[in-house]
Amino acid sequence: MTDLPVLLPFRPPTPRPGLEFLDGRWIAYLALAILLAAGAAQAQGTPAAESAFSVILKWTPLIGSGFLLNILISVIAMAAGTLIGLALGLCQISLLPPVRAGSWLVTQFFRNAPWLVMLFYCIFMLPFRITVFGEVVEIPNWVRATIGLTLPVMANVSEIVRGAVQSLPHGQWEAAESLAFTRGQTLRQVILPQCLKRMLPPWMNLYAIVIMSTPLTSIVGVEEAMTLTRGALNAERRGDLLIPMYGALLLAFFVYCWPIARLTRWLEQRNQVRV
Amino acid sequence: MDTPLVSIQAVHKRFGDLEVLRGVSLDVARGEVICIIGPSGSGKSTLLRCVNALVRPESGRITVAGIDVTAAKLDPIALRRRVGMVFQQYNLFPHRTALQNVMMAPVSVLKQDKREVEARARALMAKVRLQGKEGAYPGELSGGQQQRVAIARSLCMQPDVMLFDEVTAALDPETVKEVLVTIRDLAEEGMTCLLVTHEMGFARDLADHVYFTDRGVIVEHAPPAEFFGNPKDARTREFLGQVL
Ligand SMILES: Nc1ncnc2c1ncn2[C@@H]1O[C@H](COP(=O)(O)OP(=O)(O)OP(=O)(O)O)[C@@H](O)[C@H]1O
Ligand SMILES: [Mg+2]
Repeated sequence: MTDLPVLLPFRPPTPRPGLEFLDGRWIAYLALAILLAAGAAQAQGTPAAESAFSVILKWTPLIGSGFLLNILISVIAMAAGTLIGLALGLCQISLLPPVRAGSWLVTQFFRNAPWLVMLFYCIFMLPFRITVFGEVVEIPNWVRATIGLTLPVMANVSEIVRGAVQSLPHGQWEAAESLAFTRGQTLRQVILPQCLKRMLPPWMNLYAIVIMSTPLTSIVGVEEAMTLTRGALNAERRGDLLIPMYGALLLAFFVYCWPIARLTRWLEQRNQVRV
Repeated sequence: MDTPLVSIQAVHKRFGDLEVLRGVSLDVARGEVICIIGPSGSGKSTLLRCVNALVRPESGRITVAGIDVTAAKLDPIALRRRVGMVFQQYNLFPHRTALQNVMMAPVSVLKQDKREVEARARALMAKVRLQGKEGAYPGELSGGQQQRVAIARSLCMQPDVMLFDEVTAALDPETVKEVLVTIRDLAEEGMTCLLVTHEMGFARDLADHVYFTDRGVIVEHAPPAEFFGNPKDARTREFLGQVL
């Protein structure tokens, strides 16, 4: 139900419970690999050339600011997609057949469309500027790209909600009904509180996928970390920097996502113990 | 006799092609305890669930405390305030403590004063012999303890009628007794009870009237001494021969 196509969190061979989900070893390995690549680039470069390491350092503030945009896009897409997706998911368990069918269709459609295609659609279909109270407001590329990423988030959250609600035993509904709860009260007080715990790990998985997919927005010209790295490489005109520079970008994503993946895994294990 | 508190007349219910209830009638007076026994699949649970409108029959008439349960425009909330139901699988809310489970419905459905409800809930926890377990989560309680919390939870709504659907069927033999004792106390205080049970000894001791159902009809009904001492129908005799 919640197996998502782009990435699954890394599963270490021997899962260890507890809060040590921040395993520094892998980060160290990756950093070492990049240093080696940087060293190799250094050895191949002309003697006068600047070391790969110092080039990376030089570009770090700019690319870092681009990375902040990646984070911003992912957070906004996730927040908006979660809000809409919650509503959509609740519509999927509505008692009204048309509401149920409509929300199911929307969910299925956006869940089974390639993210990049949705991104293109939003970039080219949404208006470049809108007029609010007589003022012309430009809609920057990155905002339209964020909307493009919100759609799949919405659809996936909708499925997470529906799956979580349906995973609860039917007896919970019956007990609440017998106690004269209305359907809304049952949802708010009995069903959703129990679902939140079940929804958290798949929701965090989804976030990891969203942040990983933000470099897709570079294809449509958003000036995020990927675009800026490519720009820096063009400016440097040195093929030997290709591997270390993209390696540094990989490392940035890795350092950001790894704790999230570990935390997700930890929550999953904790829920398994409890349930 | 006064008008019965629960009156079921000629109720029919089908699920698809399966006729589960084929004209069931029974009356329960206030303060009476009736037991429904019968083989698996004979429609006992369905009958109980018709009483609090979890299941809506196709035809027939049910009234509970003056409420027409079979009316097209039934207000199920008004009905369920008067009817408590306890299930085989307890169905406690696992994210709330025992005390919160007991308090939830009166506070949020009946909008009663929280302190008043809490006092009542604590008294009920004591009554089902669970003092000291108020703060425990359902997952921390044994099956028998959970079932007694479920009984207290229903009682806290101050219902007129209690429905028990095989409430001891999921318990170990040792804990069955503690739940039966709780129900006995309740019956002796005058609570009107409809029980579906496989505990024949319990039915014999406690029931005012015993009903035997098979394939959607009431085959035979009588006071327990007569029902168990001198069953008339061959199907009843066969069933009792198997379970006793
Ligand atoms: N919601 C439903 N949809 C379809 N069939 C149902 C439904 N509820 C019950 N049934 C069927 O109706 C029949 C009677 O079920 P019911 O639960 O009333 O029997 P029971 O006498 O309580 O049996 P048991 O002793 O096993 O609990 C069964 O065959 C059951 O499968
Ligand atoms: Mg049953």
